[in-house]
Amino acid sequence: MTNETTTRPSSILAPDTPPEKDTVIKVDKLSLTFQTNDGPVHALEDINLEVERGEFVSLIGPSGCGKTTLLRVIADLERQTGGSITVNGVTPREAREKRAYGYVFQAAALYPWRTIARNVALPLEIMGLARAERTRRVADNLALVNLQGFERKYPWQLSGGMQQRASIARALAVEPDLLLMDEPFGALDEIVRDHLNEQLLQLWAKTNKTVVFVTHSIPEAVFLSTRIVVMSPRPGRIHDIITSNLPKQRSLDIRETPEFLKIAHRVREGLRAGHSYED
Amino acid sequence: MRQAQRDSWQALFAFAALVAAVTLPINAEGPRIYVLGLGTEAILILLMLFLTAVASVRPAASDIADLMLLFFVHVGGYFALTLLPAVADGAGWGFWGLVIALWLLAWRLVTGLSALEPSNRAYAMLLKIVVPLIFGIWLLFLWEVVVVGTGVPAVLLPPPSAIWARITTSTDILWADFNQTFLKAVIAGYAIGCASGFLVAIAADRSPFLKRGLLPVGNLVSALPIIGMAPIMVMWFGFDWQSKAAVVVIMTFFPMLVNTVAGLAASDAMQRDLMQTYAADYWQTLIKLRLQAALPFIFNALKINSTLALIGAIVAEFFGTPIVGMGFRISTEVGRLAVDMVWAEIAVAALAGSVFYGVLALLERIVTFWHPSFRT
Repeated sequence: MTNETTTRPSSILAPDTPPEKDTVIKVDKLSLTFQTNDGPVHALEDINLEVERGEFVSLIGPSGCGKTTLLRVIADLERQTGGSITVNGVTPREAREKRAYGYVFQAAALYPWRTIARNVALPLEIMGLARAERTRRVADNLALVNLQGFERKYPWQLSGGMQQRASIARALAVEPDLLLMDEPFGALDEIVRDHLNEQLLQLWAKTNKTVVFVTHSIPEAVFLSTRIVVMSPRPGRIHDIITSNLPKQRSLDIRETPEFLKIAHRVREGLRAGHSYED
Repeated sequence: MRQAQRDSWQALFAFAALVAAVTLPINAEGPRIYVLGLGTEAILILLMLFLTAVASVRPAASDIADLMLLFFVHVGGYFALTLLPAVADGAGWGFWGLVIALWLLAWRLVTGLSALEPSNRAYAMLLKIVVPLIFGIWLLFLWEVVVVGTGVPAVLLPPPSAIWARITTSTDILWADFNQTFLKAVIAGYAIGCASGFLVAIAADRSPFLKRGLLPVGNLVSALPIIGMAPIMVMWFGFDWQSKAAVVVIMTFFPMLVNTVAGLAASDAMQRDLMQTYAADYWQTLIKLRLQAALPFIFNALKINSTLALIGAIVAEFFGTPIVGMGFRISTEVGRLAVDMVWAEIAVAALAGSVFYGVLALLERIVTFWHPSFRT
């Protein structure tokens, strides 16, 4: 269990950043047990994790390992039953109420009765922003995900990849420092997924946001992350945390390099070990 | 483009029926009349009908055959109607042969038109209107011809022409009744019933007490024949339209309540989670998500209620009313054996109900354009 990172992201941050570590998410001995008709299910057990500002952390593991549940606890969509968690130094609930994060779901979850532009504007309307500001942010973020010209289309008129890009634009429009992404490209084909991975990485490099990214794809996790958290199921716990030394600027070609393959190998080993009692 | 591959049996039988039409007399009583003895026009029309029947035998008949059908079948229909006075005392087999031939050819026409799959949008739209129109016209034609030709007593079933005559001569009465029953009772009751059902549904959605207590009662009440409440409503609210509106309120309240509650649960979990990540409050979530997702359900209730409201208001008038109103007219005129007036009221009710429903359906298309059943 390597729990602590040593690599501090080269900070381009504001000068008021405290001299010590700038921890965005701090998870301490967190556990979550669902009560079901078949008895308690230990979704998460003894989770310890710290995420620093500017990191790209992937949670990877087989289904049932609790990676999505952990993300939902961070987002205050689930409540832990043991241990503690802070987001930006406060409880997840307070963080959610301050709109500290943007959340991208497995499906685009766009509202079919709204155009793409109005879907992106939805969180801004809820935040009570002025119309001019909404218009600006919608235009900026749709441009960021290369969806200019589709403002007036409805979600069901767009391909799955475009819908997911719109949902990313919607999360970014909140202008959060923290981006929580739950297998956002899981339902897309490999070519579209590669393309979006590259775009996401560029976006991350450009905006210096903190990203927590749930996936079950090893290449995706290694390609995107500065750290990879390998989880194992029943009960869901952290098996290994791998710090990636790949450069921040990456192209898809990096997947052929020995360094990449070495990290991917270690992730695969971790997944296999965490899984060993099965099949 | 046509689906049928076999020869059209309608056209073949129509040919046989036309042979009967020219060989047998058209009347059963008095001196025999033959259709070919009625002058050159009759001969020409019959000749054209023969040609049309022959031309439309092939399943993949040409556009010219379709146009011939469209034109000559209706000319023939008009011709048959002009024969009606001559056969009013009893129609002969010649007449029935003509009617059967026309009916089969009209059938052939509608079959042919239904099988068309035009690529042109405007043409497809036109076809969508024309096919049911032709169908309806021929239904009325058969009604008229059979009722007059077989001498059905007008008390049992008046011909459409008599009903139409009654409508045109009694517009003032019909308008007064329509005003009383539809514009007052139906509209008021419908608006109050739907609005209160909607508001109570939102309250029930927020309050577990109402949801657990009221909804099972609501389901129970929607199964009851609420029209039985009409005499009580008359006792409570008097003879005028208010008591009918009250019946309509009770009839429309529960369908709206039950549908809206179901609709408010229709948004999916991910859409609701999304609202939570934005820290949206209850009302924002209600207006921006849940009511939007509930709209198809709400429109369903509005459409069901449009029919229920009309039934409720008319039937409620059977239990006591001032001397005006559609239900009042129906119940009194049937007692006076003025059945054409009853049918005239029914025609007005049918028209009003269809327009009401049609407007709602159109509104639904506009408002819930995003629903998978309407997407273009």
